[in-house]
Amino acid sequence: MAKVDAIIGWRNLEIGCAITEPGSSRKLRTGDWRSQRPVTDRKKCIKCGMCWIFCPDIVYSPLRSGFYKWDGEYCKGCGICAHECPKDAITMVTEGD
Amino acid sequence: MPKRVGIEVSLAASEAACAADTDVVAAYPITPQTHIVEHLSELVADGKLDAEFVPVESEHSAMSVCVGSSAAGARTFTATSSQGLALMHEILFIAPALRTPIVMVVANRALSGPISIWNDHSDIMAERDVGWIQTFAENGQEVFDLIIHAFRVAEDPEVLLPIMVNLDGFTLSHVIEPIEMLSASEVKRYLKPYKPQMVLDPKKPVTMGPVGMPEVYTEAKRQIEALLQGSKKVVVKAWKEFAKHYGRTYKPIETYRMKGAEVVLLTMGSVSETAMTAVDRMWDKGMRVGLLRFRLWRPFPLQEFRRAMRGVKVLAVMDRAISYGGLGGPVFTEVRSALYGTFEQPQVFGFVAGLGGRDITVDMFEEMVKKAIRYAKRGKGPTYEMIGVRER
Amino acid sequence: MDAALKNFKKFTPKSLPKVENLAQGHRACQGCGEVLALRMALKAMGKNMIVASATGCMEIITSPYPQTAWEVPWIHVAFENAAAVASGIEAGRKALMRKGRIPKQRTTIVAMAGDGGTADIGLQALSGALERGHDFVYICLDNEAYMNTGVQRSSSTPYGAMTTTSPPGKLSMGQNTWKKNMPAIAAAHAIPYLATASPAYYTDLMNKAKKAALIKGPAYLHVYSPCPTGWRLAPELAVDISRLAVQTNVFPLYEVVDGQYILTKKIKKRKPVEDYLKLQGRFRHLDKKMIQEIQERIDRDYEALVQKAALSEVKGESAETEE
Repeated sequence: MAKVDAIIGWRNLEIGCAITEPGSSRKLRTGDWRSQRPVTDRKKCIKCGMCWIFCPDIVYSPLRSGFYKWDGEYCKGCGICAHECPKDAITMVTEGD
Repeated sequence: MPKRVGIEVSLAASEAACAADTDVVAAYPITPQTHIVEHLSELVADGKLDAEFVPVESEHSAMSVCVGSSAAGARTFTATSSQGLALMHEILFIAPALRTPIVMVVANRALSGPISIWNDHSDIMAERDVGWIQTFAENGQEVFDLIIHAFRVAEDPEVLLPIMVNLDGFTLSHVIEPIEMLSASEVKRYLKPYKPQMVLDPKKPVTMGPVGMPEVYTEAKRQIEALLQGSKKVVVKAWKEFAKHYGRTYKPIETYRMKGAEVVLLTMGSVSETAMTAVDRMWDKGMRVGLLRFRLWRPFPLQEFRRAMRGVKVLAVMDRAISYGGLGGPVFTEVRSALYGTFEQPQVFGFVAGLGGRDITVDMFEEMVKKAIRYAKRGKGPTYEMIGVRER
Repeated sequence: MDAALKNFKKFTPKSLPKVENLAQGHRACQGCGEVLALRMALKAMGKNMIVASATGCMEIITSPYPQTAWEVPWIHVAFENAAAVASGIEAGRKALMRKGRIPKQRTTIVAMAGDGGTADIGLQALSGALERGHDFVYICLDNEAYMNTGVQRSSSTPYGAMTTTSPPGKLSMGQNTWKKNMPAIAAAHAIPYLATASPAYYTDLMNKAKKAALIKGPAYLHVYSPCPTGWRLAPELAVDISRLAVQTNVFPLYEVVDGQYILTKKIKKRKPVEDYLKLQGRFRHLDKKMIQEIQERIDRDYEALVQKAALSEVKGESAETEE
């Protein structure tokens, strides 16, 4: 996982150690955790969006074409999308192959 | 000029929170704090205080509600005592860490067991290190004034820390005293509306209370420690401003007949008035005894204390709490540590008295002073001892 | 019934909300059903919210300093007090709006906790907040054990389940108590809205979350939150198991609106509980007798629920039937 450090002096901490940049977890590339990746066969895809709605890691986003874009920076490779796809359009492929 | 009225000190505490235009009060009843919350709920019910009164199901939730409302930007007040303060313990650490400037009155009372509703300082002394500013009132007027002062200090952008104002349960909370009550408009001149610096607002999302990994935890603690230590100048300045507005002067340390004193008696809270009588009597007998009391306990007023102790040969410290298995009462161990290494380090002796509502008499103060003098002459004495305890 | 429910505009599979209140990069385990359930609930409630979180998996995976996965204001104070902190936020904003110091605008105040933070250590604070009638939504994300500390049993752990503090052994078959009926406890506070939900039924979950946010007063959501790590379940099965839990009546879906029980997913022919248990390592040690015992209990509990729904005047016009 990408190392993002918290090494700053105490004077520079926000009030109450608060984090003022919303959604800054995007700096953590959790895609590093993955050993398998989902690959979508767009010939089989019916654009139902199950991969998008069932993804715990929010790695699918709708495209104007109706298909869904996969984001390898964050996908942990859990395989829910492949398992839930009603048309078996998604297959899990071992990373590095 | 505001006029003096005879009023129960608990009710005066509620009136102070009312005059400060508190937005939220969350509290749970516990003897001897009950009159404070009862009267606040009356003030809200009568429309005299425009606040949300949250009648929580426990003190743990009282403090949790206070943290939530303060983080939402509301001026927040609560009051508790004894077991209630102990139940809050977990959240007491988190309130300063999140920089929520809550003001809390603690009607000091003994801790179980055995269960005791009566006064001592066991409750507050168990909470010395939680990161709150802590003041101790001696009389009803001081209770009222310290609460107004507390809001001003707590909400100062350079502080933003919670404050506990301590008053002795029953012996102070339940007595009727003549008190000069400031009205809301009079208070407004001194206490500006609360401007939160970090607030939960959908327009500007912030994450409050994140996980502190080892890379940041020490810095987070350092920040609170620096703020608490640094708050002393704000505390003192706010007292000076208070004097300008209302004519009553407060300092971190109060002394009585210290000039020429060789022996000093150190107390906290409202027993000082009995101690003054004892001091007067001892001077009459030719003993050179002064009296010192802490009004500000956290942050510890080190320089002021050391300055006050210059030339003093013997110090007798009275604690109203016991530190089981330790080296003496909490005040004693702390002041002895504060004097260690100073040029003319006095001999310091500790006494524990007045636990769980046991009376502390003029004679007992005299006994402490005489014992301290005797031990000092001998060059040794017990580490500390309990006064007024039946040995058999 | 709250006016918001009478004119309620449902989400449909075609009109799911696009908004995300959680960001990528959170540190949940692979296939975490809890963060999935949370993501769905948050999507349904929109941007105008403030969240008070209990200590737990969701707190720790979203907030290690200096990064946050939160796109909405969020506060964590302690383990047992999410409902009390939310009460304070609600009370504070109410006072400030009345006094004209912040704009008058209703904001959804959300308290969230796991099953431990809800049914065990946080039960008192939750009961207090529900009883006082604060305008807030409480979400219990039920993964049936203390997962954050390493899978210890809670009062919400199901009968027979293996956890690190309910281990099967010579004298034990795992958890020896039945799962606490937390929704029934919440319902006993006579709050205006309560629902159970499962991430497998995402439109149902999101509609319930939206209703909970719209209704004035306290609302309680009890959300099934599969934990592949703690349940010894293949991560890709997180949604599947959420579906099976409903199809076997292990986790029935219903609402309680003003005291009236409404089944939102009627199961005509339930699947045997064994289908559900066999996918999870936490139940692997169970023998036929225990499985039978569990089956009987599930059937009895479901029948009791059906009876309650039958007694209710309001019929679930939205209920879907599943074979």
